[in-house]
Parts: sequence; C-alpha cells; structure tokens
Amino acid sequence: MTGEIGQLSLCLALALAFVQSFSGLIGARANAASSRAIASGAALGMFVFVALAFFALMYGFVASDFSIADVAQNSTTTKPLIYKITGVWGNHEGSMLLWVFVLSVYSCAVALAQRGGGRMTAAALGVQGLLAAAFLLFILLTSDPFLRIDPQPFEGAGLNPLLQDPGLAFHPPMLYLGYVGLSASFAYAAAALIVGDPEGSWARAARPFLLIAWIALTLGITLGSWWAYYELGWGGFWFWDPVENASLMPWLVATALLHSALATERTGAFRTWSLLLAITAFSMSLIGTFLVRSGVLTSVHSFANDPERGNFILMMLAAAIGGALALFAWRAPSLRSGASFEPASRETALLLNNLFLVAATATVFLGTLYPLGLDALTGEKISVGPPYFALTFAPIFVALLAVLPFGPRLPWRHGNLREALRILAPGLGAAAAAAVIVFFVATPQSLAVAGAFGLAAWLIAASAIDVFRLRRSGALFKAGAFASALAHAGLGVTLIGVAGITAWRSEAVNVLKPGQQMQIADYTLQLDGVERVATPSYFANRATIEVISDGHVLATMFPQVRQYPAEGQATTETAIRTTGFEDLYVALGDERSSGTWVVRAYVNPLAPFIWFGGAIMAFGGGLSLFGRLRKTKAAPAVSTVAAE
Amino acid sequence: MTSKKRRRLAFAAALLLAGAGAGALVIGALRDNILYFYSPSDVAARHVAPGVAFRIGGLVKNGTVTHGPGADVHFVVTDGRAQVPVKYTGLLPDLFREGQGVVAAGALTQGGVFDASEVLAKHDEKYMPPEVVTALKRAGRWKEGEGGAAP
Repeated sequence: MTGEIGQLSLCLALALAFVQSFSGLIGARANAASSRAIASGAALGMFVFVALAFFALMYGFVASDFSIADVAQNSTTTKPLIYKITGVWGNHEGSMLLWVFVLSVYSCAVALAQRGGGRMTAAALGVQGLLAAAFLLFILLTSDPFLRIDPQPFEGAGLNPLLQDPGLAFHPPMLYLGYVGLSASFAYAAAALIVGDPEGSWARAARPFLLIAWIALTLGITLGSWWAYYELGWGGFWFWDPVENASLMPWLVATALLHSALATERTGAFRTWSLLLAITAFSMSLIGTFLVRSGVLTSVHSFANDPERGNFILMMLAAAIGGALALFAWRAPSLRSGASFEPASRETALLLNNLFLVAATATVFLGTLYPLGLDALTGEKISVGPPYFALTFAPIFVALLAVLPFGPRLPWRHGNLREALRILAPGLGAAAAAAVIVFFVATPQSLAVAGAFGLAAWLIAASAIDVFRLRRSGALFKAGAFASALAHAGLGVTLIGVAGITAWRSEAVNVLKPGQQMQIADYTLQLDGVERVATPSYFANRATIEVISDGHVLATMFPQVRQYPAEGQATTETAIRTTGFEDLYVALGDERSSGTWVVRAYVNPLAPFIWFGGAIMAFGGGLSLFGRLRKTKAAPAVSTVAAE
Repeated sequence: MTSKKRRRLAFAAALLLAGAGAGALVIGALRDNILYFYSPSDVAARHVAPGVAFRIGGLVKNGTVTHGPGADVHFVVTDGRAQVPVKYTGLLPDLFREGQGVVAAGALTQGGVFDASEVLAKHDEKYMPPEVVTALKRAGRWKEGEGGAAP
C-alpha cells in the first residue's frame, strides 16, 4: 500500500511540476497575476506530494517492506533504525528521490519567501518547475523507487556497510542541500534573463538560497572528507577522487558567485558575469550528479551502472546547461551594466577572487574529465592523480589566498591600496613571523611548508584585524564583515591542517604478534590481542592496542575489521586518538600467518584543523545568512526576499 | 578610449592571462602526471621501462600470494595470457583475495617486479574494477556476468 501511495504521489507531483513550470513562465509576463498565484500554489502542492513519496519510501525502509524492490535490495531487518532511515538515500533510486525532495523544498521556499511574488519570482518558479519535471520523469521512467517484486524475499540484501556510519548518514543530505540549492540561484538568474532585470535585484533575491547552498556544500564536503579519513583506513583526508572533485567544483563556483553577487547587489558591477556564474554553479552540480549517478565512475557513490540512466541524465544536462547558456547569449547583452570602479577597490579584489576561483575550477574540471574523455575517444585508460592537482590547483589557490586579505580592507568603487597595507601591516608581520618560526623550528626544513604556515597566519591575522576594528567601531555583530572575517579565518585554519598533515605525518606498518610492540613518532603501540566480535549485522576482528608514551599507558585503542555477511563486504574501522592538535590513527589489517596481524599507524599532526576550519567557514556563512534574514525582516520595504 | 572600454579591455586581458597561466600549468602537469593503465599483456607488449609509474590490473593468480618479511606481500597479477609479479608493503584492501580482480599503482623495478605503492581497495565481492574487466575482455578471458571468478 505504501508503495502505491508513493507512486501515485510521484505522478501527481510530476503533473504539478508541469503546472508550475507553465504557469510560472506565463506569469513572467506583465499582467498575469493569476498565473503567478497558480505557480506558487503548484510549488506548494508539488512539495507536499514529493514529501509524501519520500516519506512513503522511508516508511518502507523502516518497516522493512521487502515487497518494494528498492528496500529488498538495500536494507535488512537486522540493521539499526538509523541505518534503515539513512538507507533511503544509500541507493540510486532513493538518492534521486532525495534530490527531487530537496528541489521541491527550495521551490516551495521560493514561493513562500515572496508571497504574491512578482514576475521574476514567477519565472524562477517556472524554471524550478522545469527542473523538477525533468528529474521526476527521470525517476519515474528509469529509477522507480517503488517497483514491486514478487515473490517478496524474506530478508533484504542489505546496505553497503561503508555507508553504515554516522558521518555518512548526514553527508548525502547535506551535499544535496548544497547541490540542489544552487538551482535556486540558477532559477533566479534565468528569471532575470527572461524578465529583464535592470537593477540586478535577482542577486539580492537569490542570496539567502545561495548562502544556504554554500553552507550545506561546505559542511557536506567537510563531512565527506572526515568520513574518508576515518573510514577508509588510508589516513588521508582528500584523494582527488573524481567523486570528491564533483562536489568541489560546485563549491568553488558557488564561492565565486557568493563574492561576485555581492558586488552586483551593492554597486551593479559584474552584472552579466554573476548571471553566468549562477548558471555555471548549478551546471557543475548537474555535472557532478551525472558523474556520480550515471555509472561512468565506479566508486562507493555509484550504485548502479545502467547506460539508460546515464543517457537520460546527459540529455537533461545538455538541455539545462545548453538552454541556460543560449538564454544568456540571447538576453545578457540587453542587461549591460554600467557600474565603474577604480583599480584599487573592493571590486578589483572580487574580480581577482573570481579569476582565481574559476581558474582553479577549470583545473579540477580538466583533471576530472580528461581521463573520461580520453577513454571515450581512444579507449586509453589513464588516471590523473594528486600530483597533477598539487601542481595546478595548489598554486592558483595560493595566489588567491595571498591577495584575499586585501579585499575586505578596500572600500567599494574607490580605495587606497597604501591605506589597506597600513591596516594589514600587523598581519604581514604575523605571517612573516609564522613562516620564519616554522622554517627554523620544524623538521624537515622546508620553504613550502613555512610558506603555507605564513599564508595561514596571514589569513587568520587579517581576519583578527578585521574583527578588532569592527569591535572598536561598535559594529561587530551588525556587519556581514564579521561573518566574512570568520569564513576567511576558517580557510586559514583548514590550511594549517592541510599543511601539517601533508608535511609532518609519520606512518608505520608492522606485522605484530600479540605482545609485540611497534614505534611511531613518540608513541609505542603494543598489540595485546585480537578478538572475534559478533553483532546481528557483522562479525569483527577487534584488536586491543595499548598506546605507551614515556613508559606510561596513555590509552587503549580498538581498531577493527568488520565482515558483513549479508552484503558480502568488509570495512575497516580505524581507531583515532586525538588531542585536538594531533591524531594518532591506527588501522588493523589482515591476519598473516599464525596469529600475526598487520597494523598500520599514522601520526597526523594538526589534522583536526582541516575539519575544524570547514566548520568555522560554514559558521561564518550561517552568521551572514542570519544577519541577512534579520535585516530583511526589519526592513520589509525590500520585500522581494522576505524569507520566512 | 573611455574608462569603461579600458576597464573591459583590462578585464579581458586579465581573464586571458589567467586562462593562459592556468592552461600552461594544466598542460605541464598533465604531461608529467598521467598514470596509464596497463594489463599484464600490455606490460609485456610495450616493454614498459623500469621506474615509469603506471597502474596495473588483472586477477590475483591463485596460489601466488606470499607474505613477509614484515608487512611485505608478494603476488602475481594475470590476465590469463601474461603475468606480472607484484610486491606491496602495507595493509591490503579488506577484500583482497586470490582469484579476485585487483588494481595496483606503482612502477617496475630493474628485476621486472611491479613495486606497488598502492593496491586499490575493493569493497564489494561482486564488484570488479572496470579496467580489469576491459583487460580480461581483451585477453579473451572474460565471460559476461561472471563476476570475480578465476580463469
């Protein structure tokens, strides 16, 4: 019964998505107020039905209704409740349903944020309706989550055990909130092009959605990286895996858009450029979805390889990106902006920001898609690894971070570089001091590492100067400047972590018998024994390892290797002991001859800073969003975005 | 030239410059950092030089996995026609088995042993790395729907 409710809801949602797109696009014309009202109503209705379908599927998972094929293939009765719920999006069909669910949430939010909305809102709803219709068709035609199987199996096939993890429970919804959130700025940009938006007010209307999407992407990427760190057992935090790159590219473009749209909103600069970025940002989301969902990449993220699905997504991709770019080419010339600025100004700084971010995106894009293209064209199989990204992405990002602190110190339109330098002088001093100290104190001596720490100190000190000056002028919590200072400092904190783990990690691999010891950095690890543990969903070999330092037992760690019989898979559960400044990371390997075990250990200095910095960035974004919503509430005159 | 035109020209120039810079970086980096994928037959046919990094893939030959000294592992990768001995130090992927598909990254030593720096993880018994499938198909050792059966 639940299956039929879900199926019916999806069909109704599809119908409403069509209504929303037609009435929205018709409502973009001057006197079609009733059409606009219909578009809003349809958006609300679509949200209700997609939500109904989503929760119907969730009910199927929770109740272990194995008459639904998707549930039978991706769940078992023995899983804990939390993984029954997260299993909903741990498979292709369910994750596409989550995609559409998030889209309908945003679409509903756009409709609610601008009750009675204007022509631009109507057009934006129309574009969102088109997107929703395309994805709902995709689900219904190629990836139906409610397909029945007969006879119904007694037990399900289970969820990929790698996904049975609290860190990963919230990673996909977060990423989707980000990916799909970019559809809102995409829709507003398209609407601005359709309606003609001489004031660039689309940037203001889209900003809260863009901020939410950016925060979610930041958190989603941070969570994903953290998960890869502790779950895969390789001790790394970022592998330049195509799937990781697929989430990084939208983030980079969204970050560029976040900055350029600020200028568009304030002074009218970069008006057409921001539109193009909004289109690009969501295009990157779609390309990411294509890479991950089509099966062209094989990874833990690609659930099924079905060429039909890949072709369908590719067609949607071509239609959405091609359509938007064609619209841009046709309409953008009529939106020519006139705002001028001097070389030393906030706008120039933002221009540099955009250049570097777009160039960085381009290098990631090439490194990710070149191997796929080459394979498709010549059948030659290559892979592009971390060295490529270290040589291309890293220098561009270093340049970006080096000029970043000048931005917030330069006023709009016309500024004074010398004045900015004077304010930032203590920051430069801090950067130089950090670089010199790291260069002479740390071993091995390395100019690159010293430079990285100098850069991090430069970012953090510049943000501290900002905060100090804001406090003195009594405007600390009013300005978005505090939020941006936090986000920039977060970038510096992440950089510290990246530099620390890259430069100073130690690694040791040993084969140990119970009672034997191994050395890593200042720690001695002693294997006490390995025991067999059984739970309803897996068997585990659990090692007991004592951490000894200066003759004292500091801690006992329990790394495991788990075998999941239902799924026929195994996972590594690392044990990590962190001081906040340094991680001791231990993974258990396979059993070698006669009761000896492979043990791999890392000491990762400063590793926690990587994810801590990500959290600070997201928090900065959150403050900016909060300030924005409060401001719009306080001044209902700009009611274009009176978000609830 | 009006200031607006000059600004636009400067913007275009900056964009071009950044594009050229990024392009140069990318081309240089791509030239030196591409890892080719070779099957054991390819390795024999192409006479891959020692020290050149690449990825190798195939099936772990039955009865060839030996351990030690320390955390060293030795095994032979085969595609049914040719085979290459592999040495690796460290933790093997959780589902490393004889007769299963495997992909390793590294380089050949002077002695013709593939010194692997990384053996790619495989998390699912049903999953076969796509490169391995292609390699086996080319060697005529792949049956559709076979999964990870040994040749």
